[in-house]
Amino acid sequence: MSTTAPGQPLYGVVAEFDSPTALLHAANRAREAGYSRMDGYSPFAIEGLHHALGVRSTRLPFLIFLGGLFGAVGGYLLQAYAAGAMAEWIEALGFPSLAAQTGYRLNIAGRPLNSWPMFVPVTFELTILCASLTAVLAMLGLNGLPQPYHPLFHLERFALASRDRFFLCIEARDPQFELARTTEFLQSLGPRAVEEVPR
Amino acid sequence: MATLERPTGDGERPPVIEPGHTFATVTDQISAIVLSRPTSKRWWLGFAVAFLLLQLLNLSIVLLLSVGVGIWGINQPVGWGFAIVNFVWWIGIGHAGTLISAILLLLRQKWRTSINRFAEAMTLFAVACAGLFPLLHMGRPWFFYWLLPYPNTMQLWPQFRSPLVWDVFAVSTYATVSLLFWFVGLLPDLATLRDRAKNRLARIVYGVLAMGWRGSARHWHRYEVTYLILAGLATPLVVSVHTVVSFDFAVAVVPGWHSTIFPPYFVAGAIYAGFAMVLTLAIPVRALYGLEDFITMRHLQNMAKVMLATGLMVAYGYAMEAFMAVYSGNVFERYRMQNLLLGPYAVVYYALILCNVLVPQAIWVRRVRNSPAALFVVAMFINLGMWLERYVIVVTSLHRDFMPSAWGMYAGTVWDYATLIGSIGLFLTLLFLFIRFLPVISIFEMRTLLPQAAVTEEGTREEPMLSDTLHEPGGTGAPAVPANPEARP
Repeated sequence: MSTTAPGQPLYGVVAEFDSPTALLHAANRAREAGYSRMDGYSPFAIEGLHHALGVRSTRLPFLIFLGGLFGAVGGYLLQAYAAGAMAEWIEALGFPSLAAQTGYRLNIAGRPLNSWPMFVPVTFELTILCASLTAVLAMLGLNGLPQPYHPLFHLERFALASRDRFFLCIEARDPQFELARTTEFLQSLGPRAVEEVPR
Repeated sequence: MATLERPTGDGERPPVIEPGHTFATVTDQISAIVLSRPTSKRWWLGFAVAFLLLQLLNLSIVLLLSVGVGIWGINQPVGWGFAIVNFVWWIGIGHAGTLISAILLLLRQKWRTSINRFAEAMTLFAVACAGLFPLLHMGRPWFFYWLLPYPNTMQLWPQFRSPLVWDVFAVSTYATVSLLFWFVGLLPDLATLRDRAKNRLARIVYGVLAMGWRGSARHWHRYEVTYLILAGLATPLVVSVHTVVSFDFAVAVVPGWHSTIFPPYFVAGAIYAGFAMVLTLAIPVRALYGLEDFITMRHLQNMAKVMLATGLMVAYGYAMEAFMAVYSGNVFERYRMQNLLLGPYAVVYYALILCNVLVPQAIWVRRVRNSPAALFVVAMFINLGMWLERYVIVVTSLHRDFMPSAWGMYAGTVWDYATLIGSIGLFLTLLFLFIRFLPVISIFEMRTLLPQAAVTEEGTREEPMLSDTLHEPGGTGAPAVPANPEARP
């Protein structure tokens, strides 16, 4: 069972399960036993697993909202600048020389320069664009991806985490971690196998 | 329904996944198409034909760039011609992917799972083909960046009050968001391919693309949130794109274009065309790759029903166009309708009505809905009909507008047809490469459709409970029997 030489630094101990229910059950038991530095690995998202592991909800939605807000405000101002509406505002504030260098006033049949209904489609598209880009980049960033190396990739059986197996890893940095005791605890949860993960 | 077994007593629809699969069989069967099955002769044949057509596109573009848009049939008064017809046709086809992925996800339609990857890929390739045409139509495509707002020495900016500029933003946003959505959906499956590939090069390439995805619960949590929000963002986007495309016409004063029904009518037409193309591609692919377990008759029937519904909306659009031409009392609108029915392009209009309104009514018949071959034929009619629709909109309105002195006729030249056929080659080439190198069905989402994926009550691990949210009504009536892995290819 032991894959590491004595004295080699450990990343943690991992237990392998057959079903999402077994993993969720094990995660709940581990949290109740006082473990906090651990993670579950599964071939698909398991509802409630992050709660069982004691992970707080993500702040992604707020970041995405900020991205969308940036797109909306930026998108409108871009058009107001380009069409000369901003020049009008700057002139009204009393800076005519600055206004002269701002955008390009295109007079279409004497209609207002700040023709806001015509600016709606591009504002909308840029809102969606910025929010979507924020969503994907922030998801990858908060997940720490791309991450080519991870200690778990040492284990041959971990390749099954993307097929049909479910893993619970209690990490060595957990204050309660103690190799023999943690291994015994994981064994008590009825896994298929328990393995040590070298760093 | 006579030929299909009823899976349970209460449901009479076929299941979304055939019973007997496990996480392992689903994973192995879908990833085998990419990883272990030898490249089939039929794939090479199909790819060769597609690649040949792509060379026709290359040839047409080289000639276009060296000679100019004069090789096309466009002239006064019909300045838009094939390029815009093809653009609208392709962008319409590109609407089904995001619709299936985003809107059906939000509506919790689990049956979308096995067709969404495929439809998203189709969307991307269709948008790539669509984007080509306005660029080529510009005459000097190397100045395309003039469309973008950037500081320049002449201090000129794009005209943001023009629908043509909105189009640039709408289509490029749509292409970007579709790509993001597709890639995010692929990420866990790329990790599966990385873990299962035997070939060293494949491991490296899939490994780089998978970015080190390892299925961590923390990652899955953020992933699900992102995917749901992206779906929420893509839903209004998909509606806005074809709306903006319709503004290209509706904001102009040309008779037959200047109409408020255009945005909804275009969006319905886009969904109609998109589902027809998904059926056109899914029916042969599921037969050739033995994916009948995953893309079941249920999927084909549901897509056919969506097609029928949107087809009726499109038919309503045609009816309203004719009604408003009379009811508005506008002499130019009325003449345009009369020209449509009796003018030189009348035959195109009648062909369009045949393809888009009459033939699809066959879907009402259950036997047609249960026959992949019949659905394929109907879908081909719709593909053609939607192209004819755009031809009617672009050409018949422009060729006779207000002043008879400005009237003229239009016909595509051989290079118009070559570019259209070549763009189909580009589409098919990309599609064949996609089928060969990436999983055509979302593996990780298929796993969640299995009854084993349902989490049972805490502590009782023995029997998976059949929860309603994770299991389709009309699916397997009992917990699935673990399949014998050897029994499946």
